[in-house]
Amino acid sequence: MSNSQEKNPLRDPRDRRLSRVAGPSALVFFGVTGDLARKKLLPAVYDLVNRGLLPPSFSMVGFGRRDWSDDDFRQQVRESVEAHSRTTFREDVWNQFATGIRFVQGAFDDDQAYENLKATLAELEETRGTQGNHAFYLSIPPKAFEKVLKQLSAHGLASREDKSWRRVVIEKPFGHNLESARELNSIVEEVFPADSVFRIDHYLGKETVQNLLALRFANQMFEPVWNANHIDHVQITMAEPFGIGSRAGYYDGVGAARDVIQNHLLQLLALTAMEEPISFNASHMRAEKEKVLEAVVLPEDLSQSFAVGQYTSGYQGGEEVNGFFDEKDIPADSRTETFAAIKVGINTRRWSGVPFYLRTGKRLGRRVTEIALVFKKSPNLLFDNNEDSGQNAIVIRVQPNEGMTIRFASKVPGTQNEIRNVNMDFGYTHSFTEESPEAYERLILDVLLGEPPLFPRHEEVELSWKILDPFEEYWEQHQIKPEPYEPGSWGPESSYDLLARDGREWRRP
Amino acid sequence: MIKKLENTQTIQIEKEVSRLREATGATTSGSVLTLVILADPGHSSAAREAAVRASHEHPCRIIVHVANDPEAEDRLDAELEIGGEAGASELIVLEGWGRAAVPTESLISGLLLPDSPIVAWWPHSVPENPAEHSVGKIAQRRITDSARQADPMPTLAKLSDNYVAGDTDLAWIRLTLWRIQLAAMLDQLPYSPVKRVVVSGSSKSPSVVLLGAWLGHKLQAKVSLSTTSAERGLYRVVLEREDGDIVIDRPGHNIATVSSPDTPDQQIALPVRTLAECLAEELRRLDPDEVYGEVMTEALPAGNIVVDLSENDTFDEGIEFTEVFDA
Repeated sequence: MSNSQEKNPLRDPRDRRLSRVAGPSALVFFGVTGDLARKKLLPAVYDLVNRGLLPPSFSMVGFGRRDWSDDDFRQQVRESVEAHSRTTFREDVWNQFATGIRFVQGAFDDDQAYENLKATLAELEETRGTQGNHAFYLSIPPKAFEKVLKQLSAHGLASREDKSWRRVVIEKPFGHNLESARELNSIVEEVFPADSVFRIDHYLGKETVQNLLALRFANQMFEPVWNANHIDHVQITMAEPFGIGSRAGYYDGVGAARDVIQNHLLQLLALTAMEEPISFNASHMRAEKEKVLEAVVLPEDLSQSFAVGQYTSGYQGGEEVNGFFDEKDIPADSRTETFAAIKVGINTRRWSGVPFYLRTGKRLGRRVTEIALVFKKSPNLLFDNNEDSGQNAIVIRVQPNEGMTIRFASKVPGTQNEIRNVNMDFGYTHSFTEESPEAYERLILDVLLGEPPLFPRHEEVELSWKILDPFEEYWEQHQIKPEPYEPGSWGPESSYDLLARDGREWRRP
Repeated sequence: MIKKLENTQTIQIEKEVSRLREATGATTSGSVLTLVILADPGHSSAAREAAVRASHEHPCRIIVHVANDPEAEDRLDAELEIGGEAGASELIVLEGWGRAAVPTESLISGLLLPDSPIVAWWPHSVPENPAEHSVGKIAQRRITDSARQADPMPTLAKLSDNYVAGDTDLAWIRLTLWRIQLAAMLDQLPYSPVKRVVVSGSSKSPSVVLLGAWLGHKLQAKVSLSTTSAERGLYRVVLEREDGDIVIDRPGHNIATVSSPDTPDQQIALPVRTLAECLAEELRRLDPDEVYGEVMTEALPAGNIVVDLSENDTFDEGIEFTEVFDA
């Protein structure tokens, strides 16, 4: 942003209606034909234009192998916008947007293509006034990162002159262990400075993160019990009812733990367990998340602290489904896990002695992501402590039906002194979110505005690998064979044993 | 589910609401506020529709009070709608005659949600003094619509005289997209004083006056309003600076052309927003809009706004702006 902003007399911190508009810029998409681009990214860009939050000079460039002209690409964008945009399609707004759309044809290693891209960006700077500000959105497989980044650098697309900026957006996964994450990071940061790199986990939208922080820190009633004095343990679950489908090429050798625990679940753990940041400022947020991730400790006996599984074939929810080994391109001796659960602790005063159980898997009972804080049992001297009555829980549902459930005991009406657990439910989707900007709109706008606070930095990525790597190494070293589990179940037997050993049990989400 | 009650009382209405909620399975409430619409007879449907749309973003209980003949015999009818068309909201339409034609706290308090903020909205007329109105007094937010009056100047003057924190006006809300673009344009330019602000639009449009007042106040500049006799509408803003003019020109409903020194003219989306969109923006925050307060209590009374009726502005005569789509 221009530094005249402080001197802009129209800006007033009290004026909350004045949302910020991105400055002049161009957004370059790599991997523009992918599902994500078609269904989410391109419509989100149009929605931003439609809401007047992108500058008039805003331009969008697609980079891909297809033999498309600018007009072919415009047609593609138009189709995906018409099919998927959140706001109404307005012909005149589209026409204005379409004038800034370009397509550059080429493979990721094609030198000439990058020269063409450079020329296109120069033309846009000249004709539309993008002022040489460029964001590169790499919606591509991680294998291609290095190639694209090196090319951007070699063709002078990553370096900046004068006051203009360059930013790059990369999506998870960020490496497959600590070492590779560092390598990837050194490649990225060789080309782009640390504060120009935006790492995106599209499971974890900014809205979700902010909802979680609001729940914890904008309320007085939760914080006093949010600690080892009251909480018995924490369960963080992300489950999918689907198998790996056609993703064998990516999935085999990666597995559930690397795919989900390393980034998504550990981010949720950090947000659940961290101390209150002094502000939403990027460095303050990061400091707290890093602190808590660094305080994560692994159990002494790793062999008793995990469960891994592979789904079998079966009849799930009215449908005959493949087992993991029936999926295309999965070798018969694959040890890649489709279910993983681990147990970790956090060595801080707040969480000392409270285990955090993380689990994720494919072909589980339903699609759900949730964080459950399970309270210590109440002594219950007055009432018969049958079933689990009196064990309170706060469940934060991340998706679907984002919201919160509080579980508490209530007396059953009638003559006897019986106690039952009941749920009290709050849902954001009771319509809060219907009109709220889609996660990708916020994300793209934040990138263009240069506001990174909720994007993880590579320090967090590395700390997360440090937590997961010992498990991965143990599995490798002991050639651990994942245990089969029925599709539509909640994982293998060993997952239940993991908690049963501690006298606990998983919630059924 | 829709239910009509004739010749009724709020106690019965409240009971019926609970019954309907149970019958539709809506046993937990995510409602965040009570919106009380103080409507004139025969005009409530647009406001009602906008409120229901806005409730998709802000689940709420909507109470529409329609003031029928106060001279008639006392009578209160109600129509309740829960679920279905009403979406996330609970809609209670009260038709009042006689003493029930006067909306007061006493009349409606049995229907207000406990603990939740109250927003009072006069969709058609600007009351004498919103904050002194019986319902306005208990509301955290009072929304008027000065564009519904024939002459904006005296209406705004009265709103300005009676301003209390928590007041707001739709003519101001309709300006948000204009203000966002103006602020964004100045972000991109080095600072240079603005000598004069010219806002062009209908002489009946209070948004024209408010935008001029805000700009003049913030930029410490003289303000001219170049008005036409068109029914409603805001067409153009010019900030005259040493280094050239900054212009936003929107002849139609959606697309504006922006010009600033040393840059080619460009186009942006600057759509005229619906009532529902404006209302949804308004309900996002219920703490006082201090900037609006400043415009009402400082910028407007300062009176350094020159209205120029004679200037002939070019704008697309074919395009109509109505009160609701005023800016």
